[in-house]
Amino acid sequence: MLYREAGQFKASYAADQQIFPIRQDRVGVLLLLAVAFVVVPMFASEYWLKGILIQFLVFSLAALGLNILTGYAGQLSLGSAAFMAVGAFASYNFMLRIDGMPLLLAFALGGLMAALVGIAFGLPSLRIKGFYLAVATLAAQFFIVWILTKVSWFSNDSSSGVITAQDMVIFGYKFASPQAKYLLVLAIVAIMALMAKNMARSSVGRAWMAVRDMDVAAEVIGIRIMYSKLLAFAVSSFYCGVAGALYAYAYLGTVEPEGFNLDLSFKILFMIIIGGVGSIMGSFLGAAFIVLLPIFLDVLVQDVFTGMLPPSIASNLQLMVFGGLIIFFLIVEPHGLARLWQIAKEKLRLWPFPH
Amino acid sequence: MSGRQIGDVILDLQHISLRFGGVKALTDISFDVREHEVRAIIGPNGAGKSSMLNVINGVYHPQEGRITFRGEERRKMEPHMAAMQGISRTFQNIALFKGMTVLDNVMTGRITKMKATFIEQALFFGRAHREEMEHRKKVEEVIDFLEIQHIRKTPVGRLPYGLQKRVELARALAAEPSMLLLDEPMAGMNVEEKQDMCRFILDVNDQFGTTIVLIEHDMGVVMDISDRVVVLDYGKKIGDGTPDEVRSNEEVIRAYLGTGH
Repeated sequence: MLYREAGQFKASYAADQQIFPIRQDRVGVLLLLAVAFVVVPMFASEYWLKGILIQFLVFSLAALGLNILTGYAGQLSLGSAAFMAVGAFASYNFMLRIDGMPLLLAFALGGLMAALVGIAFGLPSLRIKGFYLAVATLAAQFFIVWILTKVSWFSNDSSSGVITAQDMVIFGYKFASPQAKYLLVLAIVAIMALMAKNMARSSVGRAWMAVRDMDVAAEVIGIRIMYSKLLAFAVSSFYCGVAGALYAYAYLGTVEPEGFNLDLSFKILFMIIIGGVGSIMGSFLGAAFIVLLPIFLDVLVQDVFTGMLPPSIASNLQLMVFGGLIIFFLIVEPHGLARLWQIAKEKLRLWPFPH
Repeated sequence: MSGRQIGDVILDLQHISLRFGGVKALTDISFDVREHEVRAIIGPNGAGKSSMLNVINGVYHPQEGRITFRGEERRKMEPHMAAMQGISRTFQNIALFKGMTVLDNVMTGRITKMKATFIEQALFFGRAHREEMEHRKKVEEVIDFLEIQHIRKTPVGRLPYGLQKRVELARALAAEPSMLLLDEPMAGMNVEEKQDMCRFILDVNDQFGTTIVLIEHDMGVVMDISDRVVVLDYGKKIGDGTPDEVRSNEEVIRAYLGTGH
């Protein structure tokens, strides 16, 4: 009953083409942002902020990056973690080697370096598609981790390849408390998500989707396939790169190249598959699912079933349930959680009188 | 037909030959298309009709021959450049973007006219915003024209076949082409849908003055709506002229039309 668009007339194309054309959605998103920016930092514990929410936001951003490439432009990639590594190590080196480098600029430059690397490894996409392209991006995954380990210059000659992120200081303010870090990450992620949404609803996003759905027709319409694909690689890698920098600076503090291994790439890929391929919101839902569910299951097993299960089962139960849920969701809705949400909204519009 | 005036030659094809390895798809074909006319290409299956359209909009590059469009001879052309020059087309098998709504599909038709960079679009500010609104307006005119207002927010994958064909035409028209290539626009349609489609094609030709090159198997339709017809068989041209001339051409009757009983 609450979710009705009856009576909301649109008198201009601008009104019809805003990001959230339905008033309830607008209010909902504003409320969500208000909660995230104001309520959460006031009440969330340090563990929640540091361990869970920052991690969730960083992974959302990485998933968003991969979703631009795979979900919108239709190019399969297994190199997201490597692009995150480029972002993290590039930001670190910009901060290290240039005096007075502003932090945000270092993040942006880290993202740009990742974008350049992304374009280079995106070149095979001009000739190959699908699984074969995924294998080509796998090369990026292994090569980048290898070179970051091998060339010690990247980690400022630290013996193990580990880098320790510098303090985060913007205009003299030091982002040291979990609240401050959380708010910084949240602001960056919110702005970049908005920009991704804008691209998705403009002609660049339509060009990506056209290339994804039917590339021959896209070319005949006048879309430059090469430009569109490489732009998707660049933008996607930029997002992953910034996510990598935040992963190093705001979440972990110290990272090593091996931390950005294939497992992490797969994790991000699972996020978009479960969350919804080709959906901005899906990236967030998928990240929430992958990041939060294991923690939730852990707590559940420890607190509720303590003593009831032998420890060998209890420690594996979480993994079993997690795997089972992934399969369940993929069978019920192969288009991901975002699609489920959309169906729910469509139903809700007519509820409780669907006829 | 009302005020429509057939003009000068807009597209001239001379001695076009196209081979795929040893297979000769087109052999020494010459014909021209005049401005504002409806030009049909007919022939049996495998005659090279679709290949001919692919040559015109740059998907295939013929090994021999000269193509002159608007007085300019063209060497090698990529499809997106043909689109820039005002050549749009539809496909024999519907080639819509299945995951997108009708509105988005038609909006892609205007992509060559959008100038905002992706950064402006990411910020959705200034030129990017203005362009979206201006082009939306144009697109809505096309949507009105083809009477598909009621489905504009529907994903095209959910639409029935006949409507999908119409959406594809809308996408091609959104580019405001000077020349429209239609590859079997009425294949698989029932009589009513065919009549609708004929009406739209004639309206486009009449109101916008768009030159139309059309491949079609329904002889009734072809003879009714086209000004001139070219007939292909096994990659060779066997007839060219007005519908009446083609209908009485011995070779065309033997190869394609068959004799009446």
